[in-house]
Amino acid sequence: MCGIAGIIHRNRSSDIGSEMTSMLQSLKHRGPDSTGFAIYGMPREDEFVLRFKVAEQEDAAKGYNIHQEIRDRRAEVDRRLAELGVEVVETVDATEYAYRYRIKHGGDMRKVADYVDDVTSTEILSLGSRLELIKDLGDASTVSDQYALRGFNGTHAIGHTRMATESDVDIRSAHPYWAYPYNDIAVVHNGQLTNYWIMRRELERKDFRFMSSCDSELISVYLADKLQEGVDLEEAMVQSVDEFDGVFTYLVATSDKLGMAKDDMAAKPMVLYESDDLVAMASEEVAIRQVLPHEIDTHDPYDREVRVWQS
Amino acid sequence: MAELNETARSHDMGLHTEQLTGRTQQRFFDISEEENHLYPEAYDVDFNKRVVIDAIDMDARDVNRKIRDLMAEGYGSIVIRNPQARHSLAVGILQRLNLTFEGSLGYFGVGLIDGPNVRVTGRVGWSCAENMMAGTVIVEKNAGSTFGAAMRGGDLVCMGDVGSRTGIDQKGGTIIVGGRTGAFSAFMMQRGRMIVLGDAGKNLGDSMYDGTIFVGGTIESLGVDAVPGDMTDLDCAWLERKLGMYGLKAPNGVANMTKIVAGKQLWNYDNLEPSEKKIVL
Repeated sequence: MCGIAGIIHRNRSSDIGSEMTSMLQSLKHRGPDSTGFAIYGMPREDEFVLRFKVAEQEDAAKGYNIHQEIRDRRAEVDRRLAELGVEVVETVDATEYAYRYRIKHGGDMRKVADYVDDVTSTEILSLGSRLELIKDLGDASTVSDQYALRGFNGTHAIGHTRMATESDVDIRSAHPYWAYPYNDIAVVHNGQLTNYWIMRRELERKDFRFMSSCDSELISVYLADKLQEGVDLEEAMVQSVDEFDGVFTYLVATSDKLGMAKDDMAAKPMVLYESDDLVAMASEEVAIRQVLPHEIDTHDPYDREVRVWQS
Repeated sequence: MAELNETARSHDMGLHTEQLTGRTQQRFFDISEEENHLYPEAYDVDFNKRVVIDAIDMDARDVNRKIRDLMAEGYGSIVIRNPQARHSLAVGILQRLNLTFEGSLGYFGVGLIDGPNVRVTGRVGWSCAENMMAGTVIVEKNAGSTFGAAMRGGDLVCMGDVGSRTGIDQKGGTIIVGGRTGAFSAFMMQRGRMIVLGDAGKNLGDSMYDGTIFVGGTIESLGVDAVPGDMTDLDCAWLERKLGMYGLKAPNGVANMTKIVAGKQLWNYDNLEPSEKKIVL
């Protein structure tokens, strides 16, 4: 039982960081283990945001000689970026183990992603011109304060509060997941995928990376695979409803779109509010009330429903 | 032991004169009965005493306690503003009360109730009026999944669309849906009636034991052992009257509604046990 939420403003921007924080905080009772945000800022000219971590929160607290190792790993990342000729515009240390880099690079971003991700215990959380993916242990307020998300201006966001059922409580198993190596695509999921291993092995044979053993990661990898085949995102989501077994409601965000898909039996909740300038959705209506306190018309999407909204 | 005559004893105890009527041992209220209409702890409320409370800064526990306190003071008509889609509001009310929510409820709204007349001007989340025993609940907008789960009596009305598994395990009462309903509606229904004026999703009435479903729109598919039944004049008259009570109308007239009942094939195993086969063959 996890909580998911999504919000997209049409033709305007807003303090999406605060909105998502309050939405997720109101869903805390659905899972307090970890919280994750995928927020989409304003588009940047030839600049990318790289969010990565070099250690888990737990390792950072207990690991042997960990502080030195964290510094070494980060130095290695910096060295590799320099080696590839990536210009680092600005670095921000969100925590001791997670960083936000603004980078400029004219070359192959896939190569940058692969090379940086290869550093020991390093995981790229997101890479893109608009997407910033933040996830850590604790409830929404804790994570939001830790990473200073309030006041973040953007157009859309998805988020997740997690109750771990099938994998560990750590950052690598927390949502959202980035559809490595596709820029700006992130996924959050509520449910269980029961054909996880079959599909994971299939995708691993195609050389896709899996960083965790969390079933939700499969969705992001699956979508990346479909995009690689040239399938359009909405079509890929429609196909996923047939191909995934189990119960799920998931949200996907790209640089300018937000989509949702629901399983065959409509077993997992989702409440939807649509208007001309705003679309908000969440596992429970209480979350939508955080941004729209006045009386609104909402409804539950039905089984096998796939929807995509443009920002 | 000689004096203990088994036959005489059971006759003395009246076991042979006890009336066992009908298929159930459940005892329902008789309209002519003068007593036992109320639970022992029920409050004496006056419907003309009306109060409006604003729940904007209250949590579910505060709201539920406030309703109890107001009933204890004799208020029979309570209006609650700004419920803000909170969960578990107005649960476990076991007496007559006119209750109005000006706004939306979250999950498990007005669950486990026996008697009140509730109106919700907004939407309700999952499992609204689950295990309801008696009274009426009217939802003016849409409703979430498992609407009226395990309901036993009373009328539960949603003017808009409802989610999936509406009336799962319904054991009595009437569920009325003004719009469409999702997949697996009336799943494992055991008794009672469900009226859907719009379309019904797939597997309608899956594994139903008994009860009746009326659908005004199209049915995506029927579940296991749910079969079409014949509309009777009595059904039409009842539908007309019931829908009229809530100002609803069947889109193509009640006579053109589809009636779904249990095929009753799941009541018994249709395959013989191996030991039974030997006897038959």
